[in-house]
Parts: sequence; C-alpha cells; structure tokens
Amino acid sequence: MQTQRMMRGAHLVQSSWQEEGIERLENGRGAGLAQRESGVVRRATGLGWFSVALGAAEILAPLAIAGIAGARIRPQTRTAMRLLGLRELANGAGILSQPRASAWLWARVVGDAIDLALLGKVLASPRCRRARTLTAMASVLGVTALDVRTAIECSRNERGLAEPEGIHVLSAITVNRPREEVYRFWRDLEHLPQFMAHLESVKVENGRSKWRAKGPVGVPIEWEAEIVSDQPNENLAWRSCTGADVPNQGSVRFLDAPRGRGTEVRVELRYDPPTGALGAAVAKLFGAEPGQEIAADLRRFKQVMETGEVLHSDASIHRGPHPARPSGPSSDGDRKRTLGRGSRQQKERRVAR
Amino acid sequence: MKANCWMHRKSVAIQDVPDPKILNSRDAIIRVTTTAICGSDLHLYNGFVPTMERGDVLGHEFMGEVVEVGRGVNNLSVGDRVVVPFPIACGGCLACQEGNTSLCENSNPNSWMAATMWGHSPAGIFGYSHMLGGFAGGQAEYARVPFADVGPLKIPNGLTDEQVLFLSDIFPTGYMGAEMCNIQPGDVIAVWGAGPVGQFAIASARMLGAERVIAIDRFPYRLRMATDRAGATETINYEKEDVQEALNALTGGRGPDACIDAVGLEAHGHGPMYAYDRTKQALMLQPDRPTALRQAIQACKNGGIVSVIGVYGGFIDKFPMGAIVNRSLTIRSGQCHVHRYLQPLLQRIETGQIDPSFVITHRLPLAEAARGFEMFMNKVDNCEKVVLKAA
Repeated sequence: MQTQRMMRGAHLVQSSWQEEGIERLENGRGAGLAQRESGVVRRATGLGWFSVALGAAEILAPLAIAGIAGARIRPQTRTAMRLLGLRELANGAGILSQPRASAWLWARVVGDAIDLALLGKVLASPRCRRARTLTAMASVLGVTALDVRTAIECSRNERGLAEPEGIHVLSAITVNRPREEVYRFWRDLEHLPQFMAHLESVKVENGRSKWRAKGPVGVPIEWEAEIVSDQPNENLAWRSCTGADVPNQGSVRFLDAPRGRGTEVRVELRYDPPTGALGAAVAKLFGAEPGQEIAADLRRFKQVMETGEVLHSDASIHRGPHPARPSGPSSDGDRKRTLGRGSRQQKERRVAR
Repeated sequence: MKANCWMHRKSVAIQDVPDPKILNSRDAIIRVTTTAICGSDLHLYNGFVPTMERGDVLGHEFMGEVVEVGRGVNNLSVGDRVVVPFPIACGGCLACQEGNTSLCENSNPNSWMAATMWGHSPAGIFGYSHMLGGFAGGQAEYARVPFADVGPLKIPNGLTDEQVLFLSDIFPTGYMGAEMCNIQPGDVIAVWGAGPVGQFAIASARMLGAERVIAIDRFPYRLRMATDRAGATETINYEKEDVQEALNALTGGRGPDACIDAVGLEAHGHGPMYAYDRTKQALMLQPDRPTALRQAIQACKNGGIVSVIGVYGGFIDKFPMGAIVNRSLTIRSGQCHVHRYLQPLLQRIETGQIDPSFVITHRLPLAEAARGFEMFMNKVDNCEKVVLKAA
C-alpha cells in the first residue's frame, strides 16, 4: 500500500512538471515568432562567418586587404591589419558560438564604426587611392546597415525569450527524518524564514499568514497568504490573498523515500511579479537562477531537520572578508594590495571594541 | 591569533586573524597543539584547487585541547585532548549514518559550488577551499570545529601528539586505500607514491594480510622508508626502470592483485605522455595530471582493483577506459571516511601494532609554516612529513 501511494505521488509530480513545460513552450514561442527568429539566426550566422572570413584574410594577407581599401602601405600597416583581423575573428567566433549572439552583433557594429573611422583617416591622407577607399567605405556602410538591423532584431528576440513570465521553480531534497516530523515542521509556516533566504518573517494570525520578504533596496515586500490545501503528512499548498503586490503560491509534497531513506520533499514555488520596477526588483531578488536559490533553501531546510540548525562556516556568513582573513598587511610583495582591506578590517575591529 | 594563510599561488604566510568563535551550538573551539602539512595542501599551494581566496586559513590535520564548547556538545569538556578528522560530518544525515562521513550531506554550506563542479557536493573540509565549505583550517593557534559532538576523538593519556595526530587524515586515508583493495591472504599490492599517505597504505596493506607490497616512487629516501619502516617488500624507482615491466617481472607477468594510487593530480613521470599532460595542465586544458593513475590501471592484473586515494579535483585526459572494461578492473575511490576508522586505528596504535610517527622527518614551529611548505614541496633535506608545533 505504501508503494502504491508512493508511485501515485511520483506520477503526480511528474505530470505536473510536464504540464508546466508545455505551458511555458506555448507562451514563450509562438510559431510565427519561431519563424521570424530563424531568419534572424540565419542572418546572424552569415555575419558570423563573414567576420571569420574577413578576419582570416586580414591576418593572412594584411597588405593585400589594405591595398584593396586604397591605403598607403606603411611599416605599421601589417600589424594594424592583423589586429583588425583578430578582432573580426573573435567577433565571428562569438556570434557563432555564444548563446547571446546580440552582444557580439553589437560588437560588430562598433567594429564597423572603427573601420569607417580608419577609412576616413585614409581618405584624408594625401596619397590614398580615393576610388578604392570610397568603394571600401560604401561596402562597410552596407554591412553596417545589415549589422545594425540584425543586432536590433536579435536583441529583441533574446529579450522576448528572457521576458519574465513569472518565476516558477521546482526543487526536491531528501530529508533523513520521518514524514510526519518533516510535515509538522513545514506546516508551521513561521519556520520558513529559518531556511528560506529571501524571507524575513512569516506570522500566522487567524488562519491567515503575513509574509515579509527582503526587498532589493531595503524596502521589504509584504503580503498575506492562505493555506489552500492541507493533507497532513502528504502535501501542503498556500497562495497569496488578493491584493498582494507580488501574487505568489507555493506547494510542498512529502513522500516516503525508498528504502527507508527518510522523506522526499518536493517544493514548487511560483511568483508572478507585475511588469515594471517592482517586478524587476523581485526578479533580481531571486537572482539569475531562482532554481539554485530554492535548492539552497532546501539544503538549509535539511540541515535544520537533520542537525538542528543552519550550519555556518567562516565564509558562509560573511560576504567578502571574513574572520579567517588577515587583518593586517602581509609579506612585502603583497603589502600594497592588502593595505586597503587590512586597514578596513582594523577599523571594523576598533568599532567592535 | 596567528594562522597560516593561503596568500596566492606558491605563497603561504603567517597572519594575524581574528580568533574563531562558536557559530553553531554544536561547535567547539580547540587550542591547536600539533598540526601538519598534508600532501593535499600542496595542491592548494600550487594553485590546483579552485575557489581558494587570499587569506584562507589552511590545515586539515590538527589536534589540540578543547577550550570552549557550544551548548549542543555534551560529550566533550574543556581540557579534553582531541584529534579532529579532516572531513566535517553532522552524524544525522543518511551518508553519516551509513558511515560515509566524507559525504556528509549537511556540512558544506557552499554545497552549490561543489555541486556545480562535481554534480553533487561531498562533506565540508577544514581549510580546503570555499567550494568545500570555506572553513578556517587548523594550521593556527585555535580552530573552530563544527559538529564537535560527532568528529573529535578523545585521546587517552600516555599517547603523544605525534603518535595520534595522523588519525586526522593520512593514516586512515592510507588504511582505507588498502581496505578498498579487498586484500586476500597472499595478495600482491602495488602502491604508487611513497609519500606519507603511501607509507600508511603500505603499512595498512601489510596489516590487512598482503604478502608482498611494492612501493613505487622516484626518491630513494622515500623508498627506503617504505621498506625499512612501512613494510614494503619491493621497490621500483620509476625514474630508473619502466614500471609496467618491473611489475610484470615481480609478479610473474600477471600484475599486482590491486594497485593503490597515493599520488593524485600532480603526478610526475617521464616520456612524451608526461610532457603532454604537463603542457595541457599548464595551459589549463586539463586540471589534473593522471600519470600514476594511468600506470596503475595498465599494470593491475586482470579482474583486479585500482584503489584511488590520491586527490583529483577535476577532469583527466586519455583515461584508459578500454583497459578497465576489457580487463574487468574495479576502480574504488573516495575521500577518507575518517570517523569510522578512528577507534579501530587508535586501538592499533595503543596495542603497538603501528606507530604512525615514523613518517615525521621535520618538526617546525607554526611560525615557520611557510618554510615547511617549501621544504615539503621541493623535497628538501629528504622531507617526508612536516609537523608544526604550537608555540
């Protein structure tokens, strides 16, 4: 019977994760968007290879390329052309290999500007071949237009994909304690701030709970929440009441881990920050990877359940310099670098005294 | 207090640092009486372990006297003399309860860093990078010991610091290396590296019933210690002979029943393969240099065990997976689960089966830690093991 319940539980979790996946897919990328995107991607890839080819040419045949641009060959021309070639190569490699091609496309635009400036300088010099230089400038202008257009579209697409559609995280951990005990601890919502880093406090009053989370600029975010589902020792779900600045909900399932390994705790949190400044602030609060944040919360939850409290190390409670840090300047060679930190710590120690 | 701090690559220095404080209820503060420099500290020294920060207090082999206990520690009192195991273990998670204390699931507050690198996080370790917890180490006048109700071993009177200090790491590590070989009477065991851990692997293999133990190193003084003190029956100097050929000659062409790699990621060797590894490591294309491990795999008899206790941190190249699969080899490894060996090995010391202090060649005051690192690193004056004494 126990096995049956476990299997059902596992299935439930799985299907809910899958549904989320589908929903996100539909919201994020419509068919039209995908099509438009593929055009941009093709163009960006083309520009990437163009960069690589031009870079290679500038490195392998610097004087020939300078000649095509109508420049007078001087002693430093070879090196200068090769440097430009290196820039092109790096640019091309960036566009072709990096996940955020837009940044590299904008770098191409900057490169175009540099090239135009250099060509302008060539044009101003008395012994240039004007026809060639003007042709080169026209070509660069053409490419620049293409670069700008592709960069704008690419940026827009990337922003579109990254657009916050709510923060939704799932995480799981196994706690080496009986299911009843793990449920009981979590059921007292006032315990949550002990291990959830972004929470300052939770107060339970008359069936409702008042939550207070750390705000990004020191202004806390507050909301009220209610329990929407409570099956003792199995699962628990809560949701913010209407009127919350940041509507959010959470649920946690408790399952017997196989082979008596304790309790599997599966947590799902969803925050729907409004667009605008508050939304951005909330998103920032959760960091670039909210999944990692909640995973760290669950590690701390496990510590509390299994060892009685959250474990600290010298480095974990002090960002930057911590107690295991030298408080004075060190050996000769490093004196200069440590002085700043050393004197700051000494100041702190004085204050502490 | 004074502590030996990692400053940057190839530089450690004694610094004034704030005294440790009780941060958790199950902490204890130890006044360190004796500590040591471990071969794995050299990996930090040489900059092969990521997430070290300037000023981190080093040291994971230490012992001393309890000077303060948190309210959650009931089994220790002020004045107790204890040895501290290098992995930090909570005692409450499944890994701890199964005896795998170096895999404690709760003792690494920076577990995400380790998980990023290795998939999951092992236990926190004293003085061994932020990825493994960011705990200040024991090459200091005082040290904070988390979960002091689980780790520290009380030392009975009558045993000196030097006799029991190595229970903190290298003796159990060498012992576990031998234990993982599943030694049967009559077995032949080959041990790569006759550093301190190698010496204890050799001695332990003999204690566990190996008939012959072959020590492999390039320093004659280390090979001498292996035969004269640890009980190796044969030695191979890999700079003088080809290891594979020599092992075949010594084992009737079969290869050793089990091989222990007590070298780790900074192995030395010769020939084009070594040059290749060295270059790749220098160019940061390959963090670890697996010369010894490859040799151990190639040399091991068909169906044998390769026991890896040398430290590896990241990834290696040209891993002879073909030899492992086609010759049914078993690879066993792990950071030592020190806690489970404390009592049994203490008993072996008490009954006189072994006196671990035989590896000590140099005794320095803590203040001269930097000199100790240099000597150990460069094998100056036949350096095998440096012990640091509190002033």
